Amino acid sequence: MKWEQRKDLLGLKDLSREEIELVLDTAVPMKDILKRDIKKVPTLRGKAMVTVFYENSTRTRTSFELAGKYLSADTVNLGVSTSSVQKGESLKDTIRTLEMMGFDLMVIRHSMSGTPHYVARNTKMRVINAGDGVNEHPTQALLDMYTIREKKKTLEGLKVAIVGDILHSRVARSNIYGLTKFGCEVRVVGPSTLIPPEVEKLGVKSYYSLEEALKGVDVINVLRIQRERQQKGLFPSLDEYASLYMLQPEHLKLAREDVLVLHPGPMNRGIEISSAIADGNHAVIEEQVTNGVAVRMAILYLMMGGAKDEIAG
Amino acid sequence: MRLLVKGGRVVDPANDLDKVLDILVEDDKIVETGQNIYAEDCIIIEAHGKLVCPGFIDLHTHLREPGFEYKEDIYSGTRAAAAGGFTTVCCMPNTDPVADNKTVISFIKEQARVKGVVNVLPVGAISKKQEGQELSPIAELFQAGCVALSDDGRPVRRADLMRYAMEYAKMFDLPIFSHCEDRDLSGDGQVHEGFYSTYYGLKGIPAAAEEVMVARDIILSQLTGAKVHICHVSTRGSVELIRRAKEEGVNVTAEVTPHHLVLTDEVIGSYDADTKVNPPLRSREHVEALLKGLNEGVIDCIATDHAPHEREAKDCEYNMAAFGISGLETAIPVSMKLVHEGKLSLKRWVEAYTVKPASILNIDRGSLTPGGKADITIIDPELIKTVEVEKFYSRGWNTPFKGMKFKGWPFMTIVNGKIVFEDGEIKV
Repeated sequence: MKWEQRKDLLGLKDLSREEIELVLDTAVPMKDILKRDIKKVPTLRGKAMVTVFYENSTRTRTSFELAGKYLSADTVNLGVSTSSVQKGESLKDTIRTLEMMGFDLMVIRHSMSGTPHYVARNTKMRVINAGDGVNEHPTQALLDMYTIREKKKTLEGLKVAIVGDILHSRVARSNIYGLTKFGCEVRVVGPSTLIPPEVEKLGVKSYYSLEEALKGVDVINVLRIQRERQQKGLFPSLDEYASLYMLQPEHLKLAREDVLVLHPGPMNRGIEISSAIADGNHAVIEEQVTNGVAVRMAILYLMMGGAKDEIAG
Repeated sequence: MRLLVKGGRVVDPANDLDKVLDILVEDDKIVETGQNIYAEDCIIIEAHGKLVCPGFIDLHTHLREPGFEYKEDIYSGTRAAAAGGFTTVCCMPNTDPVADNKTVISFIKEQARVKGVVNVLPVGAISKKQEGQELSPIAELFQAGCVALSDDGRPVRRADLMRYAMEYAKMFDLPIFSHCEDRDLSGDGQVHEGFYSTYYGLKGIPAAAEEVMVARDIILSQLTGAKVHICHVSTRGSVELIRRAKEEGVNVTAEVTPHHLVLTDEVIGSYDADTKVNPPLRSREHVEALLKGLNEGVIDCIATDHAPHEREAKDCEYNMAAFGISGLETAIPVSMKLVHEGKLSLKRWVEAYTVKPASILNIDRGSLTPGGKADITIIDPELIKTVEVEKFYSRGWNTPFKGMKFKGWPFMTIVNGKIVFEDGEIKV
């Protein structure tokens, strides 16, 4: 299995199961590096990457940057709010400028779906989608899958419930595209106004009732609910949302005994997830963050072409 | 000057003609159609193997002048029309300033006379500045030469204003060209709401956004008796509403664009903004219903909704991109695909571009009847060519058909007895 043929990582809908497995397998030794006292390998020395975030982010941007640094790549963060974008520079010109500086890879987050695809078409740099609009967030889904696989030993045949605002969730979409390739039974649950049209054609089951959806599941992935959805009239109030969809301890009794609870963060405690769950022993939310660094190291490594034996030892 | 079009297959649905005939043109008029016409001192146009049709009429074109000359102007837009086989275009009023008064209409007509190469029939705005608040001076627009009224691009939100517009327009027998869209329902949607909007994570525009307005305008037409023409129909529900309205004798007509007839929303997966158009490309069930509606005459005509844009308006993030497709130069090849595939009869196809739009406008064109204006579109039905935007006469290169191969292209366009386009080139 080789990665070289694939220039960009834009979404999991395009990746094969083998490619996803390659990323997850490569992340295992990366996680070992994170546990070392000196967390640095020379693998990507001489490579340069830039993170360009048109939307706010704490964990994704930081973990990409750190992943690059652990692998000895030169990493630069373009502060969009202080860049020429504010002077009206077009995205295309920004990309060209970065390419001409010699970056090998660009990590982009953008509020508009498809923007990384547009960028990738217009540059020789490799492009990683760090979240585009409501389309995909492939590295988040990969770290979710890594976390699940690490705990459950396999992804095959697991029942996974994704809870909340499915309509506007790129995390949900990428998880659906990834997990269904491993034969998981994926269930999406949320208020009817936040379930996208024809979602079942993606190979998932959809539910309005949280209780129904959680029966017998191995994994619950809780999504962040954004307050502005309520202002748009998609649901009556955050209180009502919480009364129907906040994950609480009694819900876990419906699921399998060893159920895992994931959340991509940042959490709204007391709205989509209760603190008792977030801080409880089924939650793997903090491990997701660590795994996020390992998975991003694996992706950077695969995409910027380190030699395999360099990390094995 | 005399032209003799010899040996072509004349398809003239207005006269129920479909046979090999010659056509003699003198000055700006057709003087004779018949077999083996002999005439001296005339330019002979060899049309063997070609389709000779009445000049094609486009009810829905954005020429962009005045105000948006960087997208298109009357010079480039009318050349694009001629190159696309159109002899008459109706230009929409969403210019800057809006075509809501006689000064702008006179300007457009004057520019068309001076630098245009096809007939340009202006459409006036329904409301002042297309703001949907007060009626435009409709009598003034009519006297200045408008052939229809429309707030295309900025649909009339207020039902009461639409009602008054219809009632008032009726005095002048002016049709209302209605862009049916409920902006609350379409919101900031980018593509058709359905499987692909879910799959590719783009905000959807439900079919209902169009259908509720089609229903409203049909009901208002019923109330007022005004002529209502539904622009760029894109959904199955709209087709059914129009079908029922026609059965009940409502004074309603409708158009469909070539792109809505041949493309589905599957193409949005490229995130290429040239696929972004309003109304959006719909799913297969809608596309099939449109074709059925066109075949059955529920949809009367094909119109381009030619919406040229400058490069930067499309070469950007999908959500930031402008809506619209530059359609004049691809309408014939794209829609003729349906004829070649046996999904649409040749007669119905020609009718949808000629006699039907002419009757909606109530103008004396759209046929090859001797004595009438010599607007003639000659098509080479066998010519296979790739859509090359670099060769467009239009300034707008925004088309999802770029690089695609089609069979059946305009060969010659004759406007008022003058050859304006021949074999790939504008002649004036």
